[in-house]
Amino acid sequence: MKSLEDLEKKINSELTTKINNSEIKHNQIYLETDKDDFLDVVLLLKTNLDTKFQQLIDITVVDYPENNQRFQVVYLFLSHEFNQRLVLKYSISENEVIPSLTSIFPAANWMEREVFDMYGVNFKNHPDLRRILTDYGFEGHPLRKDFPLTGHSEVRYSEDQKKVISEPVKLEQNYRNFDYESPWEGTKYIKEEIENNDKKN
Amino acid sequence: MTKKIKNLNLNFGPQHPAAHGVLRLILELDGEVVEKADPHIGLLHRGTEKLIENKTYMQAVPYFDRLDYVAPMNQEHAFALAVEKILKIDVPIRAQYIRVIFCEIGRILSHILNVTTQALDVGALTPSLWGFEERETLMTFYERASGSRLHANYFRAGGVHQDLPKGLEEDISNFCETFPKVINDLESLLTDNRIFKQRNVDIGIVSKQDALDYSFSGVMIRGSGVPWDLRKSQPYDCYEDLDFKIPVGKNGDCYDRYLCRIEEMKESISIIKQCLSKMEKGPVKSLDGKISPPSKKDIKQSMEALIHHFKLFTEGYRVPKDEIYTAVEAPKGEFGVYLISDGSSKPYKCKIRAPGFSHLQSMDYLIKGHMLADVPAVLGSLDIVFGEVDR
Repeated sequence: MKSLEDLEKKINSELTTKINNSEIKHNQIYLETDKDDFLDVVLLLKTNLDTKFQQLIDITVVDYPENNQRFQVVYLFLSHEFNQRLVLKYSISENEVIPSLTSIFPAANWMEREVFDMYGVNFKNHPDLRRILTDYGFEGHPLRKDFPLTGHSEVRYSEDQKKVISEPVKLEQNYRNFDYESPWEGTKYIKEEIENNDKKN
Repeated sequence: MTKKIKNLNLNFGPQHPAAHGVLRLILELDGEVVEKADPHIGLLHRGTEKLIENKTYMQAVPYFDRLDYVAPMNQEHAFALAVEKILKIDVPIRAQYIRVIFCEIGRILSHILNVTTQALDVGALTPSLWGFEERETLMTFYERASGSRLHANYFRAGGVHQDLPKGLEEDISNFCETFPKVINDLESLLTDNRIFKQRNVDIGIVSKQDALDYSFSGVMIRGSGVPWDLRKSQPYDCYEDLDFKIPVGKNGDCYDRYLCRIEEMKESISIIKQCLSKMEKGPVKSLDGKISPPSKKDIKQSMEALIHHFKLFTEGYRVPKDEIYTAVEAPKGEFGVYLISDGSSKPYKCKIRAPGFSHLQSMDYLIKGHMLADVPAVLGSLDIVFGEVDR
């Protein structure tokens, strides 16, 4: 497929109901699908002669704690043949288990391990789902929005016990997060008021 | 009588000179043949992505220097491009040339380090001594432009922090004249060297299809004969106006990857020369006062500039709600930033796609069936830097 518009049409006609939303921006195509249709969509994108998204660039998750479906899983694909990029997304709730891509793209192995490590999302049929970036015996999932920046525990070498021990974080001063938004235009209650007024008018 | 034989498990690293950093590689050996390799990474994990979520867009730039710390500015470039695309701002042409020059300097920095340490891993000491001398010269260029040898923090959304100091352009252009001789010297030591070839030819072969399946990019995919370079296929900044070639390997083994890197350094020199000759005087950062900080002189004379300065360095600039994936051709491969902004002055999410992560993941596939002594050779040709693998 030469242009992104053609590609978008093609994908929509091939997959019809499986694509919930498609959009073209920044010279890339953004698709939304459902967890159940996800594997079918990926298989078609990889094998169809007009798409050929043969490389999986990355997998990640975006955390929206206030949403009902908390996590949005994001897959980035690249087609060398047509020089196009595609972003595929779907939303899941906190404890959902999602299908693994390792059988289609071997590269998904570590990427899914990273997602599991950072967000605690479980993958079905993953050959080796272990933590990857954090320490052995680490608890929690650091990239979740409710995980504090300073973490929960810190390690140090204890002279008494002659080994490395882990203790709760003790900070001389808490991490300071300044709200610099200007009170004349920025604070929340004023913004809301302005928005409400706009709606009334 | 039968004897039970058990495979030997060997810990390679985390403190091993040929592990190129803090890699713990657990090897299962049958005699001297590697049956399985299980890399344990994360010993250098600093939570860069989490930290970036808590910093303004301008404060996030230094974190990118600390990813692949042998070619810092290439990473900054990806982030700067992502923010620019969301903000929809133009970069002055001089700034584009400066950025390309320093990205190519970064490429040379990275390739020198990789080629010479790969030689070191297979037993040649001299190349690294010669190479590091050149790296030192290049890092002084970094220092003169940005103020520091390694952690430059030089690129900004909308351009670069400041213009090049007097005389730097001439010195870089002098370097371009002398450096090809150094590459030739390095080549005379390695390219036809019998030992170097014995250790690298036909080791760690990657087929075209596997290179795609394992998400390879950069030299790792070009070494296998796929002519794919983001500078050509999805050009950013002024790469479109420059004339350069993409070296492609044939066999996809460690030796071909070495040859690709040597050729790329020569191309980088030609790119730098072209940039220097095309560059003209002009602004080096976006003229939008809401994004680039004002000059010291303006702050003392203009109230508006003072306000801009204050707002930029306290709150930072706000970036409209959007999402984008931007990638650049870093020395090691495709380095990408998946950025989600929510309208505030801090990124909501910033996923960093490091090329080394996918390369190292294929270690098991690459090394299976090779001898133990090939592990450093393969690892060397993957060009791993733990700053970016562990993030």
